Amino acid sequence: MASEPLIEIKDVNFAYAKRPILTGINMSIPRGKVVALMGISGSGKTTLLRLMGGVMKPTTGEVWINGECTSRLDTQGIYRMRRRMGMLFQFGALFTDLSVYDNVAFQMREHTGLPESMIRDLVMMKLHAVGLRGAHKLMPAELSGGMARRVALARAIALDPMIMMYDEPFTGLDPISLGVIANLVRELNDTLGTTSLVVTHDVQEALDVVDYVYYLSDGKMMAHGTPEEMRANKDPLVYQFVHGEAEGPVAYQYPSKDFSDDLRLGGLRAA
Amino acid sequence: MPHRTLPSIRRIGANAIDVVLRLGFAARFIGLTLAHSGTSFARPRLIIRELYYTGVLSLIIILVSGLFVGMVLGLQGYQTLTTYGSESALGVLVALSLVRELGPVVSALLFASRAGSAMTAEIGLMKATEQLSAMEMMAVDPIARVVAPRFWAGVISMPLLAAMFSAMGIFGGYVIGVVLIGVDEGSFWSQMQGAVDVREDIVNGVIKSFVFGVAVTWIALFEGYDAPPTAEGVSGATTRTVVTSSLAILGLDFILTSFMFRGM
Repeated sequence: MASEPLIEIKDVNFAYAKRPILTGINMSIPRGKVVALMGISGSGKTTLLRLMGGVMKPTTGEVWINGECTSRLDTQGIYRMRRRMGMLFQFGALFTDLSVYDNVAFQMREHTGLPESMIRDLVMMKLHAVGLRGAHKLMPAELSGGMARRVALARAIALDPMIMMYDEPFTGLDPISLGVIANLVRELNDTLGTTSLVVTHDVQEALDVVDYVYYLSDGKMMAHGTPEEMRANKDPLVYQFVHGEAEGPVAYQYPSKDFSDDLRLGGLRAA
Repeated sequence: MPHRTLPSIRRIGANAIDVVLRLGFAARFIGLTLAHSGTSFARPRLIIRELYYTGVLSLIIILVSGLFVGMVLGLQGYQTLTTYGSESALGVLVALSLVRELGPVVSALLFASRAGSAMTAEIGLMKATEQLSAMEMMAVDPIARVVAPRFWAGVISMPLLAAMFSAMGIFGGYVIGVVLIGVDEGSFWSQMQGAVDVREDIVNGVIKSFVFGVAVTWIALFEGYDAPPTAEGVSGATTRTVVTSSLAILGLDFILTSFMFRGM
């Protein structure tokens, strides 16, 4: 069992209103690893993450998580599976009407019959792990972006998930918070024994902390390998992305008419 | 709106299909809400919290409006009744207008703009900031945890608010009629007591406000849940809540009145 991958994606296609979003995706994520799913905005990363969380089902193909095929599970089965998953949303998605403490305690109160004294100890431990034990009385509106992201992380690991999913965890953070979050991703993965999937387009930060990278472009899996392999990859598409260059196969300009037409220079040019 | 660019005849068709689709979604939504209400009743604290936000916080506007509506009824009623020399029937006029019509209808309109719009905005923003998705990813159904408690809080608080509106209105009518103008206090109360029937008037009024409570809360929650997750989407949904619920209240009031007070 231990050698079997925790998450396996087999020939997945996904179309939204007949528009293909993902085509022919194959992925295999081994237990205990931190894997990055990279690609430019609109490449289908978040959709793939949603397929893994069972929010959507693939049009064709299969998503296997811990030996279960998600498309064969009913709602109860999906919910049972999600209890073993933690997800960090792009901007934290903290419940704004609950305090930091109640946010972290949310899942424990919903899913376990634990007494309040034990919940308190667990909440404090989770908050301590992200360095915010002292902030437990604050409301989400009183937190900075980086702190909110850390509280959301504490909430996501509340029930010691088997899989942690991060949706753009580095977006909009200052360099210090960014480094803190990147280290937490690695540390929590190793200390809690989880398997992590990081969806991101922050290349350098991600390459420093992950074990393996999948590169998605236009709904297709273009490349995968270890961070060293990705840095050394000479494929123009991967090279442009990893090195952040404006010129390359990925066009900077949105498809448009001829520039002179848009400036209405047609008549002048004819004259 | 998504159909702005279509030619006009096709746009009418597209909008009609949209309306039917949304009605279908709304019907499924209320079905799911009712099916997931068990959690709310098993954990009454969830409902009590929402009762505070929808009911208790609406009290001020309901009580003040009730008082003023009752005072205006007292003034206008006295003016008209005195022409026929029957100003002693002022209590009856004030009480019946409030208990049968103005209490349920005006308090429901106020409830839609005070609590309904707040519900829509709150749920719309929870959706826009991914709080509902986060809840789903934590294996907690947002319909059971967020929608159902609010629905029952709205349905419970509406008849109570309408009753308080009517009581306050009767007090306002009393202040104007008896205390300020000097209508005989005994006939004010005794005629009211004689003419207002518990089954015909009070129970019918309560039924009306219960129906309005279901309609307003359902519309408000559905609009919030269905709102596009943008600033424009949430503001549009909030406006639609107030407009649609107001029209629904007035339309339903006509239908209910025509059934309830046929032979009178």
